[in-house]
Order: sequence, then C-alpha cells, then structure tokens
Amino acid sequence: MAPIGVDEWVAQSGDRREQQSRGRALLARLGERIGWWPRLVLVGLVAFGYGHLGLNINEANVGFNAVLYAILALGLNIVVGWAGLLDLGYIAFFGFGAYGYAVFSSHAFGNLALSAGGVHLPVIATIPIVLVGAGIVGVIIGLVALRLSGDYLAIVTLFVGTAFVEAVNNVAPGTLGGNNGLFGLDGFHVGSARIGTTLGYYYVAVIALIVLMAALHLLDSSRTGRAWRALRDDPLAAEVMTIPVNAMKVMAFSFGAIVAALAGTIFAAQQGSVFPTDFQAPVLILIYACLVLGGAGGIAGAVLGGITVTVAQALLSSPLDSAYLFYGLIIVVLVARVRPWQHLAAVIAAIVGFGFATHAIVGAISHTAIAGSPGSVGWFATVLRDYVVVPANARTYGNVLYVVMICALILVAQLKGIRRLIAVVPTVYIAVCCWESRLIVDPGITAQIMIGAILIVMMGARPQGLLGTRRVEVI
Amino acid sequence: MTPVLELDRVCLSFGGLRALHELDLHVDEHEIVSVIGPNGAGKTTLFNVITGIYEPGGDIRYDGKSIVGHSPHRITQLGIARTFQSLRLFLNMTVKENVEAATYGWTHATPIESMLRLPRARREEREVDAFAEEVLAFFGQRLQGYRFDQPAYSLSYANRRRLEIARAMATGARMLLLDEPAAGMNPNETHEITELIGRLRAERGYTILVIEHDMHVVEGISDRVVALDHGEKITEGSFNEVANHPEVIEAYLGRNPEALQK
Repeated sequence: MAPIGVDEWVAQSGDRREQQSRGRALLARLGERIGWWPRLVLVGLVAFGYGHLGLNINEANVGFNAVLYAILALGLNIVVGWAGLLDLGYIAFFGFGAYGYAVFSSHAFGNLALSAGGVHLPVIATIPIVLVGAGIVGVIIGLVALRLSGDYLAIVTLFVGTAFVEAVNNVAPGTLGGNNGLFGLDGFHVGSARIGTTLGYYYVAVIALIVLMAALHLLDSSRTGRAWRALRDDPLAAEVMTIPVNAMKVMAFSFGAIVAALAGTIFAAQQGSVFPTDFQAPVLILIYACLVLGGAGGIAGAVLGGITVTVAQALLSSPLDSAYLFYGLIIVVLVARVRPWQHLAAVIAAIVGFGFATHAIVGAISHTAIAGSPGSVGWFATVLRDYVVVPANARTYGNVLYVVMICALILVAQLKGIRRLIAVVPTVYIAVCCWESRLIVDPGITAQIMIGAILIVMMGARPQGLLGTRRVEVI
Repeated sequence: MTPVLELDRVCLSFGGLRALHELDLHVDEHEIVSVIGPNGAGKTTLFNVITGIYEPGGDIRYDGKSIVGHSPHRITQLGIARTFQSLRLFLNMTVKENVEAATYGWTHATPIESMLRLPRARREEREVDAFAEEVLAFFGQRLQGYRFDQPAYSLSYANRRRLEIARAMATGARMLLLDEPAAGMNPNETHEITELIGRLRAERGYTILVIEHDMHVVEGISDRVVALDHGEKITEGSFNEVANHPEVIEAYLGRNPEALQK
C-alpha cells in the first residue's frame, strides 16, 4: 500500500512542465513575468495612442462608444459574471446616472422658485452625488430581489428597467422632460476648465475605464471577489462557509449600479442631452452581447467584448467595411471549420464556380433576372457583377432569399460529413446573393442581424466567450 | 464541563413528515461521535438543523449558548463547519480559492480597502494565503503545488472530498460536521480517510460529529456512536453496544433477521 498522502502525479508535475513544448512554456513564463499592472498600462497607452491619431468626429465617436460599452460591460460583469445574478434592470442604473447628471447640470430645476436658471454643479460634486445615489438605489433593488434567483430574478429586474423609463416619462415631466428628454446639459466643468469635444470625453472615459479595471482586478482577487464567485457557484455552500450571501448579493447590485451610473454621467455629458429611449431594452441587450461575446466572469473579457461589439457595429454601418466583415467572416468560418485543406480548396472552388455558372444560366433564361447590380461598393461591385443574381427590383427578391438562406443554414447545421460540405456551397451562394441584393441596402438593420449571427456562431464555437474560461455547472 | 454541542429535544417536520423528533444529543470537547442509521433516518437533516439551514423546534446550544435562529454563515463563524454528502465545492474556483473563500468569516477588509490595497487588506491577504497553504498541506501532497491553481472540477472524487474538509477547516471552526466523508471511496482511500479523521482531532484539536455508513470507518474512529431511525434516537454508546443493539439491527435489516438469512 502506498504511504498516506503521497501522490506521484503531483510529485512529477515539475518534470511534466519541463517536457511541455518550448514555445508554450516560454509563453506561459512570459505571462507570469508580466504582472497585471504593466498589461493595464499597455492598454492605457494603446487607448491614448488611438486618441492621438488625428481622429475625425466619427472615429472619435466610435472610440468613445467602445470605451463606454466596455465600462458598462465591466459593471454588468460584477452582477452577472461574478455574483451570477441575472440582472435585466441594469440599464436603469445607466439611465439613473445620466438623468442624475442631467438634473444637476441643466435648467431642469429652473421652474422651481429657489433655483431660477437651474442647478449647475461642478462635475466633482455631481459625480459623487450621483454615484452615492445609484449605490443606494442599487441596495434597495438588491433588497427587493433578495429572495429571488434565476428566472424569477430576471423577470423582476426586467420590470425595474421598464419602470425607470416609465417613471422618467410620467413623473414630473416638467422637470425630467418626459418624452422630449433634457437637453442643453453642461459639459464636465471644474471652475473655468471645461470639456467640450467628444475626444475630450473619450479621454475621460479611458481614464475611468483604466481606474475601474485596476480597482476591479484588485477586488476580484480579494475576499469580496472570492465571496461573489463562491456565491455564483453554490449559494448554499457559500452561506455555510461563512459568507453572508444576502449581503453579498446586495453589494453586487450596488457596485454594478455605481459603475453603470458612472458610465451614465459621462454619456450624458458627452451627448449634452438625455432621452428615455437611450435607456431601453435594445441598449441592455447590446451590453449583454458585449459581456457574452467577451466572456462573462473576467475583466479583460468584458472590456474586449465592449470594444468588439461597438467597433463591429460601426464597421457594419459603412457599406465597404461591412462587406469586408461579411466576406471575411465567411472565409474565417470556412477555414476554421473545413478540414483537411483539400476539402477547403474544393469547397471554395465550388462556391466560386457555382456562382458564375448560376449567373450565366439565369442570364440565358431571362435577362431581367440579372438586371440589378450588387449592393456593395468599390472593388466588391466589380468582382461580383457577373457572380450574384440580382434582379432589377431586388427588394422582394431579397426578402424571399433571406428566408431561403435561414432554411439553408438550418439544413447545413443538420447535415454531417460530405453532405454538409456539398450543402455549404449553395448556402454560401444564397447568403452572398441575399447580402448583395437586400442586407447591405439597410445597414442599420443588417448590423443587428450580423451581431446576432456573430453571437450565434460564437456561442457554438466558444461558449465561454473570447477571453472567458469554460465553466462547469455540475459534475 | 458543558458539552461543545448540545441538542435539547430538537424537532423538525416537513409538512406531516416528522424528520426529527425530540432528539437529544451532546458532543464533548475533542470527542468523535458517529451518527448512523438507515437512509432517510434524518442524519443529514440533523446536520442541516445544526448548521442553521432549517430552523428547528427545541434548542441547540454551542458552548452553552443557543444558536437556534442564527443564519448559517453566523453559526459557522461561531465555530461549527460542515462538509456535504453530495459535494458542494465551488467547482469553477481553484483549489486554493476554495479554501480562501471560506476565510471570509474571520477576515475584515472592506471592498474599498481591497480596491486600494490598504495595509489591512494586504496583511489579511498574506495571512489567508499562508493559512490556505497550511490547511492544504494537512492532506499530504494530494492538494499541493500545481494543484493550488487547478479548478476544483478537475479534481478526482476522493480529492474533492479532501478539499471539502480543507474548506471546512479554513472557516476557523473548532467543530467539524462530516457528512459521509468516506462515501464513494475505494478501500485504500477509506483507510486513509479514517486516519485523517483521527489526525484532525490529534493534531488540530477538532471536535467531530460524523455521519458514516461504512462500519469499518465508524468502528475505527468513534468514541461514541448514535443510532437514528425515523428522526428519533434509538440508542447510543460504544460501537459494539450500538452495533449489537436489537433495535439497530431491526432498523437496518427489518424484524426477524434470522428469516432474512435463510
């Protein structure tokens, strides 16, 4: 019998490490060597570098939004990623922060006798007031939600999110502006110093993001962070292991609320106005998409998710960039999923050949069926002119093709082996035709569809998100 | 001397089902007491009642003070930690984090202190780190070295059982409630866990209440054995007294065991 407590597998772990391939060992050692804060400094440098590229207003806007959504995803990560509470009312705290900033920095209180001309506090006073307020509201919502978990918590918090918009619309419309929103907000100002440009707010947001990342990293590796993650894995075991689960839940809500409110104040100041529609379900879904895509549970994942989703949205709203994204995605998926390379080459050749052949055949039958031109611009249009089938009136045709494309995709997902490879060829062709005839014409809607498609592909290929670690629920 | 743990006419019902009925039990300082009984006898319910998951009728005293009505995290903080029969580790946390998470009750740094790494937070982190490694070292090499940073789900079944005990130890408790520590283990590992429970008392001074089905383990570790059935105490005493008690045999095998043997 082996002596008690001796484990050969453990004893040999050092040797096994040595045997690892040298490249991987080197990478691992490099990762250990570079601590978290040099990496954070690097992120900061990259972010500030982006600001110095001489951005036009559009690019500055994209940068600002990317950082804003990164902050929002970080806050959501506290509640959802760490504490495991499915909070659908998160968006209300974003709104609370924005409206909180708005009422203290505008004419909102101008109709009250004691403050003709409104309240215009300096930003160093407004932000603490708003954050403390958000923390308190977070505690109250947390207390209400304490007895609920899972789906039930989601339903109740969803109500909270909706209630916020209704409250803004109907309570004191004279002060909060109701549907019309509040506008003419002050920018961030301390004394005579004032931030007036989007680029300026970009830097403010970057500083906030870097500080938050550092603070949350330290929190994550502290007793509080461990308690949250323990609570997510097993609330009962956490409670029995001296963790006051109820207090931790309330604390998670409150911290998430504070981060969201901080994002809200920056957003309101940058926009110069706030409207109830800025804080409704679509924005919430986008924040969730950021977190899920990047990988819930990690700081780097949340930030990367926020940046990826925002940048993808911006790219998708420009016809040329969105074409790159669309065709790039097709090629990446094909390369990643079709093995070995002989099959890949055959599939790509078949896709190219299939398209030109179809175009020729359809053209021979009816000339009007190919009278339209592809929706893409630039060299895509030149290349694809003799490839895709686009009739003169492409709208109805594109709608039908969209449904056909979805059916074809479902079919591909059901097939296996060589049949799947064969089915991929017409499916890709249908997708290209659909894209050129219909999707690219409405970039706004297409952006949403594409993000949805990216998420679906992502969840299939890597359910833990870009930087997430795979989680195990019960073994 | 007052017992460390004392149950006084403890009752608990689920609807019409009497899970525990007028149960008296006491565990003295540095004593190892085993609870045995057939499935559904109320053994795990007994643990749930002691650790505050259910609130019973009657009284439960720890160190002479009533703990009925306290929340579970408070009771563990007072000094009674448990393991679970159906292993409830924090599977997605590392081995070391599992142990460190259980130190929440005796550390005090607020989130703000942790975010700013103020002196108290730093000092506590160092203490927790050293303490976790020390607790894990109690299990020999099993939970050492590179295993510190492995997620708990990657552990074997026996190592998960060990980690559960380590986690209970990390709460700083004086008394351990072990729910079937040898369940699902092979004979080798069962032998090891028997020695381990002995060492928990000898080296660490724990008072231990243990539920166990494996009679070799029960015989090997117990100062005293308590037999439960239908939520009531049938008998208690030394292993031999209890094992040969006619009502215990009846509870396990049914009436007239000779008939079964034919």
